[in-house]
Amino acid sequence: MEEPVIFTENLTKTFGRFTAVNKISFSVYPGEIFGFLGANGAGKTTALRMLSGLLKPSSGIAQVAGVDVMRQPEQVKRRIGYMSQKFSLYEDLTIRENIRFYGGVYGLKRAVVKQKTSELIDKLELGAHVDQLVRSLPLGWRQKLALSVAMLHEPRIVFLDEPTSGVDPLTRRQFWDLIYEAAHQGVTLMVTTHYMEEAEYCKRISMMVDGKIEALDTPGQLKKQFNAESMDEVFRKLARG
Amino acid sequence: MNRFRAFIIKEFRHILRDPRTLLILFGMPVAQVLLFGFVLTNEIKNAAIAVYDPASDAESIELTQKMASSGYFRIERTLQTVQELEPAFRQGKIKLALVFPPNFGQRLNHEGRTQVQLIGDASDPNTATTLINYASSIVQDFQRKRRGSEASQPYRVDVESRMLYNPEMKAVYAFVPGVMTLILMLISAMMTSITIAKEKEMGTMEVLLVSPLKPIQIILGKTTPYLALSFVNAIIVVLIGVFVFGMPMMGSIGLLALETTLYMFVALSLGILISTRAADQQTALFMSGLGLLMPTMLLSGFIFPRESMPYVLQLVGNIIPATWFNQIIKSIMIKGVGISYLYIQTAVLLGMAVVFLALSMRNFKDRL
Repeated sequence: MEEPVIFTENLTKTFGRFTAVNKISFSVYPGEIFGFLGANGAGKTTALRMLSGLLKPSSGIAQVAGVDVMRQPEQVKRRIGYMSQKFSLYEDLTIRENIRFYGGVYGLKRAVVKQKTSELIDKLELGAHVDQLVRSLPLGWRQKLALSVAMLHEPRIVFLDEPTSGVDPLTRRQFWDLIYEAAHQGVTLMVTTHYMEEAEYCKRISMMVDGKIEALDTPGQLKKQFNAESMDEVFRKLARG
Repeated sequence: MNRFRAFIIKEFRHILRDPRTLLILFGMPVAQVLLFGFVLTNEIKNAAIAVYDPASDAESIELTQKMASSGYFRIERTLQTVQELEPAFRQGKIKLALVFPPNFGQRLNHEGRTQVQLIGDASDPNTATTLINYASSIVQDFQRKRRGSEASQPYRVDVESRMLYNPEMKAVYAFVPGVMTLILMLISAMMTSITIAKEKEMGTMEVLLVSPLKPIQIILGKTTPYLALSFVNAIIVVLIGVFVFGMPMMGSIGLLALETTLYMFVALSLGILISTRAADQQTALFMSGLGLLMPTMLLSGFIFPRESMPYVLQLVGNIIPATWFNQIIKSIMIKGVGISYLYIQTAVLLGMAVVFLALSMRNFKDRL
């Protein structure tokens, strides 16, 4: 079996007396689309933040791209891409300026940024809008742009924190095409979502309830295991306990 | 370095694209200096007064003319009866009345003493006090000159006062430093706290934090442009003070620049501290407005003299950076003193900078 790119063992995060993430253990392999599902407050975002070096774990082991998150969070940050639920582009900058800024922040050379910019706008067909403020773009475009920008520095792992919240189903579907494409090129994607139909698009899913991983498998296996028609039903059965 | 430059470029784009920010950055300082300069002045020129002079002798006319030629007063009305006094005040036509007794000159010459009445409109107490003081001193002067021609009295104490550093008692001397403290606090603290809070509100802060940028780089990147712009503003305020309002620049410009930079650091670290607490721009605006600008204006001695404040408020004033910086600017610009007279003030500001910066760095790591 391949080496996992993400590996956790008993990873825990407590805020005071509240345990947001409770001893989760799992491995994610190259090219996988790994889904983190759960209700709001189940601990998905906290788990993602620990893995991306944003939050220091309280206890347990977490390795991302071969780096210990606890000891070298800065090294982790260099190796991952991250897209938050707010799409995190600067609305008062143009598409080109946003790309240039993130390229600069990740230490890409000017020439590389330039080349990436033209590749990116070709792919997303944004040519006519490249000097337009992001504020004026439709939500769906912003979302795709945000993902592309998060992958500008060609990370092997990309974390997506509820990347499709507030977007209509059609745009959501198109967005998933981009995710598939990235996974096809060997990028590992870790996605949190609370849209159950999106769960079907993931290769494997971990279901989080109250900080714990209650189930972890492929969507097909999970449905079989819980004798359910859809992921939604799996989730409802799980949540009911 | 490349990372940092990209950040600074982005930050300047934010500033240049937002008309409101630009207005606060460049419109506000100029408007404030000019407004304070022309409005907040304690000097009074050409105040309208009325004279009731039933004596109309050489002496009363001499005193009246002395008043009129002082530059402070303008004879708006010459009253025929005492009854006209009240209506003149009521209409607001006059601010002060000078009332002579019927036999002013006669008594002065024969008895050696007489009276004159000054009536002020105390519905505006500050103006009334100032006008009465001006008028009294003119009367004193009138009296001294006359006495000088006659036999000198056995006991005489002539008070001669001199106002050091600001002989003409110009208000600019007080407000230019005051406006500096206010504007630098406004831009360095309020604007940085708002711009950092904006990143949090928009969700971009998360992306910055997850990037290879170090927290210190993020803070420096956010604050450097405002530091530079604050400095430009400080220069604008000083220039307007000196060239438009005739403020002196007695001390070292280099020292003033250094102390200003120190004060900006204190303000910036306060701004960062606020932004670590405030989750959105509204809160940041509210916190810095109430927590920084109000005390800077009211308690630092800029508008109200600290000496006349209750003791507790004077103590509170001591923890306001502007209190110390105000003293520094005044000392350098007006008295022309060097650093050796400003050790205490400088040390206090330095201490504040260290404490606030340490606090905000700790908070920044914890909170975000």
